[in-house]
Amino acid sequence: MKGLAPIATVAVLLALVPFITASNAVLNFLVMAFLIALAGQGWNILGGYGGQYSFGHAAFFGTGTYVTAVLQVRYGMNAWLCFALGIAGGALVGAVIGGLSFRSGLRGSYFALVTLAFAEVLRIVASVAPITGAGVGTLIKLDLRPEAFQFQSRAPFYWVLLALLVVSLILTRIIEDSRFGAYLVALRENEDAAKALGVDTTLVKLGAMTISAAITAAAGGFYAQYFLFVDAGIAYGPWISVEALLAPIIGGVGTVFGPLLGALVIRTLGELTKIVAGDAPGLDLVIYGSVLVAVVAFAPRGIAGLIERVRGRLTPPAAPSLERSHG
Amino acid sequence: MVSSVILVPALLNGLMTGAVYALVALGLTLIYGVLHIINFAHGALLTAALFAAFFANKLLGIDPYVAALFLAPLFFGIGYALQRFVIGPAAHGEDRNILLVTLGLAVMIENALLYAFRADTRTINLSYAFDVVEIGNSFLAVPRVVAFGVVVAIAALLWFAMRWTDTGKAIRAVAKEKLGAELSGINVAHIYAVTFGLGTACLAVTACLLIPTYYINPHAGNAFVLIAFTIVVLGGMGSVAGAMLGGLFVGVVESFSGLYLGESLGQIGIFVMFILVLLFRPSGLFGERA
Repeated sequence: MKGLAPIATVAVLLALVPFITASNAVLNFLVMAFLIALAGQGWNILGGYGGQYSFGHAAFFGTGTYVTAVLQVRYGMNAWLCFALGIAGGALVGAVIGGLSFRSGLRGSYFALVTLAFAEVLRIVASVAPITGAGVGTLIKLDLRPEAFQFQSRAPFYWVLLALLVVSLILTRIIEDSRFGAYLVALRENEDAAKALGVDTTLVKLGAMTISAAITAAAGGFYAQYFLFVDAGIAYGPWISVEALLAPIIGGVGTVFGPLLGALVIRTLGELTKIVAGDAPGLDLVIYGSVLVAVVAFAPRGIAGLIERVRGRLTPPAAPSLERSHG
Repeated sequence: MVSSVILVPALLNGLMTGAVYALVALGLTLIYGVLHIINFAHGALLTAALFAAFFANKLLGIDPYVAALFLAPLFFGIGYALQRFVIGPAAHGEDRNILLVTLGLAVMIENALLYAFRADTRTINLSYAFDVVEIGNSFLAVPRVVAFGVVVAIAALLWFAMRWTDTGKAIRAVAKEKLGAELSGINVAHIYAVTFGLGTACLAVTACLLIPTYYINPHAGNAFVLIAFTIVVLGGMGSVAGAMLGGLFVGVVESFSGLYLGESLGQIGIFVMFILVLLFRPSGLFGERA
């Protein structure tokens, strides 16, 4: 299959990082960036390829986080099993929200609104329901064994997350080349036309939303194991909804590497802000917001689009490109 | 099961709260009706207006009701400039982009306020904040009664302006048929910006009406915005009358669900209603089919 070579190269290069540096700061930074990249890859499948902009991916991230944490703490289940169930739980929430909204024919701003509302409902419920630890949150017991999905050092965490990320990259690549992916892009470009040509748009959108939710839930489950703490603001808070859409949009919406590129960029910006301005609350988000506006205004196809444009200028075009043009 | 001694005040209080919600929703629905976009920055702009009203009182000693007279034009200008010079050009005419730009603006404004003023909650003290009037057997806070009256007056004024002034007619023309309006010499970019400015000016007035009885922090506006979304969807996107009725209705629902379910779950009542309306009646109770 074409396009797997770049993914393999990136995977191998990134896997070598812990051998080059043992610095926790570097690994922590990359873990957070990959986490956002993974959540963003989920968003990218539905939003980037399918054109359905969700403003509430926290609903899936948070479900992944809570299912992973709560099943372990309350029912003593194995952490890996909980993680898998967290992904399944996220997918289920995605399927339910998707089923409800797509069957009602919600599009565009309406879809963005309803996803936002679902995430907020879940946040409020999680902040009062006893099973989630309500306002106090849920603490996962320290148990540093690989069987318990906890490790002595950062490196194994890093590799596990990298593996998850690579799986999501390959999955995206497979979807890109599949009939399903073609339907998805078709309905992004013109939903009515796609429908007229016999694409079951509701089913395709529902499938995309379920996959999308599962990937973002995986990021949530990993978050629980890495930080061993969850509360409603972390799990279902708007921060993750924003970062999950920011990463693909900055990196390049509807591209395989867009979310990873974007996540690295926004996390770098976040760190730089911290270095310049100290740990001032809010300033990093001010910068994220301005970057979002600037990217939409000046580079609607993100960094990937910019790279392509530069490349196009250096090498004369051989054949007319079939890539989508924005507009 | 509950006597009218509790129900009637709850109803009246709900109507008072609902009027303020209605004004927030009025701004939102005006913008939606003309530009066909959902302004995700609405809540952040309301928060900004709350801070403006707060500092006008704290630093300059201006009464919030007086402040409304100059904050409304100021926020009209801010809204005008945002649409004309930021949202419009950045969107490249694509709805998805507008969503993202207004979301980006919301994140920027809200966190700039957080950065500047920290998460502290502030209030102002006014001599009349706790005055009450007695209507029947219910006691109503004076600032809330004032708010109710002002909102009704503004809604009437707006309705009148839309119907009889040239700008109002131009706004309605652009809302109905953008291309046609452009061909008959209306400057669409200007009308878009005017509409956005009007919506933002509504927020400045809301802020001045709220501040005597409400607290301010960098997230204060958000509480109103999802409610305003609910109202706008309920009343039919773009409908001024729908926003008014929807606002009053939601205020009453909130008041009753707070009475029966308690504060934190009362909040959920709004969201659940919102989701149900979006799913089953996305064109609103009063709106036309999209």
